Amino acid sequence: MTTATQIVDGPVDSGGFRLSQLIYDSRYRSYTIQVIAMVLFMVAVGWLVDNVIDNFRDLGKEFSFGFLFQPASYDINQTLIDYNSQSPHWRAAVVGILNTLLIAVLGCILATFLGVAIGVARLSKNWLIAKLMTIYIEGFRNVPVLLWILLFSTAFSALLPSPRQTEPMLAGFLTATNRGFYVPATIWSEGAGLLAILFLVSLVAAWIFGRWATARQEATGEILPIFRIRLAIIFLPVLALFFLLGSPMTLDFPELKGFNYQGGLYIRSSFMALWLALSLYTAAFIAENVRAGIQAISKGQTEAAYSLGLPPKRTMNLVILPQALRIIIPPLISQYLNLTKNSSLAIAVGYMDVTGTLGGITLNQTGKEMECLILLMGFYLTISLLISGVMNLYNNAVSLKER
Amino acid sequence: MKTKLLTLALGTAALAFSATANAATLDDVKAKDFLQCGVSTGFPGFAFTDDNGDWQGFDPAFCRAVAAAVLGDASKVKFTPTTGKTRFTALASGEIDMLARNTTETFSRDVDLKFTFAPVNYYDGQGFMVRKDLGVDSALGLSSATICIQTGTTTELNLADYFRANNMSYEPVPVETNAEAQEKYLANACDAYTTDASGLSATRSAFENPDDHIVLPEIISKEPLGPLVRQGDDQWADIVKWTILALITAEEVGVTAGNADQMKADSTDPNIQRLLGATEDNYGAMFGLDNDWALRAIKAGGNYGEIFARYLGTETPLGIERGVNALWTDGGLMYAAPIR
Repeated sequence: MTTATQIVDGPVDSGGFRLSQLIYDSRYRSYTIQVIAMVLFMVAVGWLVDNVIDNFRDLGKEFSFGFLFQPASYDINQTLIDYNSQSPHWRAAVVGILNTLLIAVLGCILATFLGVAIGVARLSKNWLIAKLMTIYIEGFRNVPVLLWILLFSTAFSALLPSPRQTEPMLAGFLTATNRGFYVPATIWSEGAGLLAILFLVSLVAAWIFGRWATARQEATGEILPIFRIRLAIIFLPVLALFFLLGSPMTLDFPELKGFNYQGGLYIRSSFMALWLALSLYTAAFIAENVRAGIQAISKGQTEAAYSLGLPPKRTMNLVILPQALRIIIPPLISQYLNLTKNSSLAIAVGYMDVTGTLGGITLNQTGKEMECLILLMGFYLTISLLISGVMNLYNNAVSLKER
Repeated sequence: MKTKLLTLALGTAALAFSATANAATLDDVKAKDFLQCGVSTGFPGFAFTDDNGDWQGFDPAFCRAVAAAVLGDASKVKFTPTTGKTRFTALASGEIDMLARNTTETFSRDVDLKFTFAPVNYYDGQGFMVRKDLGVDSALGLSSATICIQTGTTTELNLADYFRANNMSYEPVPVETNAEAQEKYLANACDAYTTDASGLSATRSAFENPDDHIVLPEIISKEPLGPLVRQGDDQWADIVKWTILALITAEEVGVTAGNADQMKADSTDPNIQRLLGATEDNYGAMFGLDNDWALRAIKAGGNYGEIFARYLGTETPLGIERGVNALWTDGGLMYAAPIR
């Protein structure tokens, strides 16, 4: 029965390739489906692009980025670089980008510190602390971050006094008004450059010392108090030089002049509200990651370390944390991304991030919705990929090395 | 804020997804049997919701007049609240048929953003409001002040220009809506609030103690406000334009909501006869409507003067004088081209 053997699937020797094999032959079927899916996808994309072009033509609009070089004509309150209303739109966008990055970086730092502390505290044997942290975490995790941002903003503007009624606190080191917070600014005079150079040299020295101490420990088994010695190497020479040069730094205290305080460092309440709300919100998520990471390490690891004679602190640093970090870091990356993307809620409190400048006023005044949103999405995509990339590098550094 | 970004994103997406928005807005409006009109999110006098949740105010009144002219029923309007930021996207993407939201006519909005402005229905200018106890009596005394400003408006640009021209510094506090600005201003988080002078009066009228605040005498810009439509549909632009002119004309010749029907029957004045469609000129048919279009528009909410008096005039909490918005015969700027 030769005909029967030809029906089973598998290579058909005679007759070569037949068109029906594209559907009935499992070797080719997946290619057929993929090609069809690809064509459909391309058609859909093509239709969208074509529609955009059509609609732009019907509206008489032109797709171009030339508007970026026209004067922006609006002012921005918080500018990290030189900017005035005659600067071009691209510069306004850069001001916004820097403001976004500022809030993202400071937010990630604060959220990490808070998150780790709270995550550990939730595992505390102290009933009160553990329960308080549970309330904190559940409270922040389960209310939308926009509401937290608005709550902080409203609290600052409603509860704090206006500049004319306020009194500087802490010997003038903090002035809290309903528009923002003022702290003294540092003014560096001659010799500050020397200090900076010495500081950098000290950092390098501390690093070299760390390597030397590790090598020595591996050779002799002796353990040095590395942290304290490093601290001394970094700060003592700088402090000595600081006084040797006769304190080349003065403080500029804010003073009430006219409507507002002038001088000093001005931290706007919009920034504070956004920063605190984003940090506290994200910290609640990070705390859960930290708790999960620590709880995932089996108790046997601790017991094994103790039985080898390692003290509790070294057990934590050398046995538990390195393993817990492997579990904590990947979800931590997404929390950093979330914080960065959530910072686009800034306009709710009038913080001029890139969504407020490029995606807000520039978009509105020039009417270039498509261009602005494409640039904006490109920016957030780039930033998110960069954060992921950097954090993945770190993750690879701490992840399990299998040989 | 998320929702506003969403509106922006949706509007932009609409550019990509919508089948080409075609020129004939009139046919679209007739087919769906209602007018989609963009108004502000809430501004005493100009656009607000009443106890029943219906939109009232100066701007909605013009939407209703257009709906009455086109569809024969002033209630066939659906209102879309828009912010300073979302309004143009909403109009350009076809989400709304006309925008009546104290919008200033400017060169770039007309030419670059591709809109067509109907005649100005309110001549305004930008001013400042401050607390009386600040002791400021001129805008020139506002150097280094913190100023609340609605973002995405021409006032933002005027403010930058004014302070730059006078070599003064200031701290802008951008807010999204009039309500937010009011909250910040009352909490003393800003020294001054700047927007169109009519808006300042409107906002102040809603304060607990309006007398503790003053509007500074300087008017730093020209703000001709009026409805607008997408460019490229001349028929629709003409309908909106002539509806407004008909309301102004009606005030000129003394036609009101109350006497319009009677005037149509009795009047022997050719001007009134042409306006109310008592003659066989068939002006309405020239832009796709019937002969009674203006009659219905006037009966919807009264003539220009009646609308002004009802929502903004001296009898209202806003207490705005007609001023430059009076008829040209009374020394104002309201001057309607003749219907003939």
